[in-house]
Amino acid sequence: MSVPKALQTPLNLRLASSAFIVVWCLIAAFPIFWITVMSIKVPIDAFAANPFSVIFGPRTVAEGKGLSIPDIVVGVVVLYFFGRFCVRNLPKLVKRHSPFGLIALGWLASALAAGVAFALTFAIILPNVMSVVNGALGVFGNPVLGFTPEHYLAVWVDNQFYRNFINSLIVTTGVVTVSLTVGTLAGYGLARAGSNIAFWILIAALIFRSLPHSVLVAGYLPVFINSAEILSPILGENAPTLYGQPLAVIAVLVSINQPFTIWMLRSFFQNIPAELDEAARVDGCTHFQAFRWVIMPVMWPGVITTGLFSFLLAYNDFLVTSLLLDAQNQTMVPAIAGYFNRETTTTDQVEAVAAAVSITAPLFLLVMVFQRQIVSGLTAGAVKG
Amino acid sequence: MKPRTFAAFVGPSMFLMLLFIAAPLISVLSQSFYVTQSVFETVEVEVCTPGFLTQTCEIEQRTQPILDDDGNQVVNTEFVGWTSYRNVLRMGDAWDALSSFDWSKFQQIDFWKALRFTLTFTLITLPLAIGLGLLLAITVNNVTQALKGQIIFISLLPFIITPVIGALSIRWLFIGDGIMTALLEWWLQRDIAMFAQAWTIEVLMLFYRVWHVGPFAFVVFYAGLQTVNNDTLESAIIDGASRFERLRYVIIPHLMPLIVFVALIHLMDSYRVFEEIVGFASQAHVISLQWLTYDFLTPDEAGNRSVSRASASAMLTMVGIVILLIPLLRKTWKDHRSAH
Repeated sequence: MSVPKALQTPLNLRLASSAFIVVWCLIAAFPIFWITVMSIKVPIDAFAANPFSVIFGPRTVAEGKGLSIPDIVVGVVVLYFFGRFCVRNLPKLVKRHSPFGLIALGWLASALAAGVAFALTFAIILPNVMSVVNGALGVFGNPVLGFTPEHYLAVWVDNQFYRNFINSLIVTTGVVTVSLTVGTLAGYGLARAGSNIAFWILIAALIFRSLPHSVLVAGYLPVFINSAEILSPILGENAPTLYGQPLAVIAVLVSINQPFTIWMLRSFFQNIPAELDEAARVDGCTHFQAFRWVIMPVMWPGVITTGLFSFLLAYNDFLVTSLLLDAQNQTMVPAIAGYFNRETTTTDQVEAVAAAVSITAPLFLLVMVFQRQIVSGLTAGAVKG
Repeated sequence: MKPRTFAAFVGPSMFLMLLFIAAPLISVLSQSFYVTQSVFETVEVEVCTPGFLTQTCEIEQRTQPILDDDGNQVVNTEFVGWTSYRNVLRMGDAWDALSSFDWSKFQQIDFWKALRFTLTFTLITLPLAIGLGLLLAITVNNVTQALKGQIIFISLLPFIITPVIGALSIRWLFIGDGIMTALLEWWLQRDIAMFAQAWTIEVLMLFYRVWHVGPFAFVVFYAGLQTVNNDTLESAIIDGASRFERLRYVIIPHLMPLIVFVALIHLMDSYRVFEEIVGFASQAHVISLQWLTYDFLTPDEAGNRSVSRASASAMLTMVGIVILLIPLLRKTWKDHRSAH
């Protein structure tokens, strides 16, 4: 591609820009990289003032918890081939073996299988194989890089973080499904209506979007705590106490997210030519039939993007879940507050770091897989205004 | 589309929004005028302690909650008017402090402290986040097309990370003698405690928010830059416009609608600043309006939630949002009227 000479960037500006980008990338990734490094070291190393002792973990190595050079080499090679398999061969396998029309199910199953295979290889097979290899290699098999999974074990097994994980899973799945079902219908209706009411609904949604969530929670909390009494005239004996119920939190998060969802989906539906459903209407479809048979097959990119943002909202929420769920049904993000509020020992702190990394890991994967959709979602709202 | 079909499409969503957003707002408004308290009674109890020869007995007055037949506390809700608002605002104290020009005393009142922080936070992060986003978008657009996927990937990390976790991850770099604090101490040759005073925490919070929102601005502006008209740019060059003038008179005006959009989203979001307070555990030094409501809603040692005061502070927070939104709504209304 030839660029006109006048549009070319002079060398010093290019250098300065590159330097700026490099610095930004370092700043952007550093905190996340650093907490990952901290989480696999013993506490003394993790909170050391010298960065090199955090990275190499001399105390961790001294306690015999570390990776030797062969460990690292084998690990990187296995990781590379695993990643290559996932990127190159897995999509083909999914396409070939999933039953017609259930390709999403095929993806889900393959992602699950990949996760299990990853855990098996890196948690059980490799450590056992490598301990034999390291023993055989003598001096070369000595650990050089501090590494200990003990904090993750403590968090997930001893402190039963998997319960919080399951709760997060329930809440996010519920929020994404319900909010997309309701939001898609509304978004489509708003995109095709063009009446004054549609305009006012969108404006009201904009105002609702800007409300601080604590304002709304102040409204829910007394009602939810006393809901058994309030609802008993209608529901009788089995009126539920909504406080602490994941279902109630799902309803709340769906509603809080609804304004954003309908704005975004509306802008996606406006991109689908109206001629498409008009043609279907001419052929004798009702609006619902047109939506089902003409629009639904082409709407998935927009719906997936909006679903990602609903997921992020539900997954990242602290305020609503921490106030409306009791300890038993707590999701991951509020549960971590339990760690850093305790902060009695440095071990507690490193366990909090490990929990934080555990929460971040799924998000990291999410960006890796869905980067294009996230970017299109961010720009969709903006470009349409 | 007929009104009936439209209602069928939009109905479920409207129902949810009315039930879970509009209705709570009304109930918050009414809660802020009522106070629900346990009813207490004062009883005289004879307390005896074993003593020599005879027991020492004395009668003392004790306040205890009245229990109903099921053993639950009897509660009583009464109309208190503006009392909760007065308790939150503490206008008298605030006025005393202001009229004696005693800023630090003024800042001891929670509400005004929270308001001060929320406003400065919003106003300082706004230009910084937009500036960072613009700078990134322009440099990435100028320099490299080959690596842009990777750069966007890395940039998205601070944006999608759970806010509480993001704040925590930065806090852990500075806490105690964490590596960043150690680096600063080595550089400035003095002892530094980042979490001992308010202003350093605030600086970290500002940094966190810009780090978190900058990528969003970057991605939006970057998408906008792809649609800049190249002919306009070339004619600007023929007219002898320098690089800076092209930026100032061609690119920025082209991006202006996007800048306004990002600014609005940022205003709404940073007015709701909350997660930073939790992540940096700064409640002893710095609090925000949303955190104030959250704090009233969290049960205290006795397990009571001051719902009335929370509602009052929530309504006061709302007033701020409405003031923030009025210009936007007026503009939308004008656009809408001129479009029809």
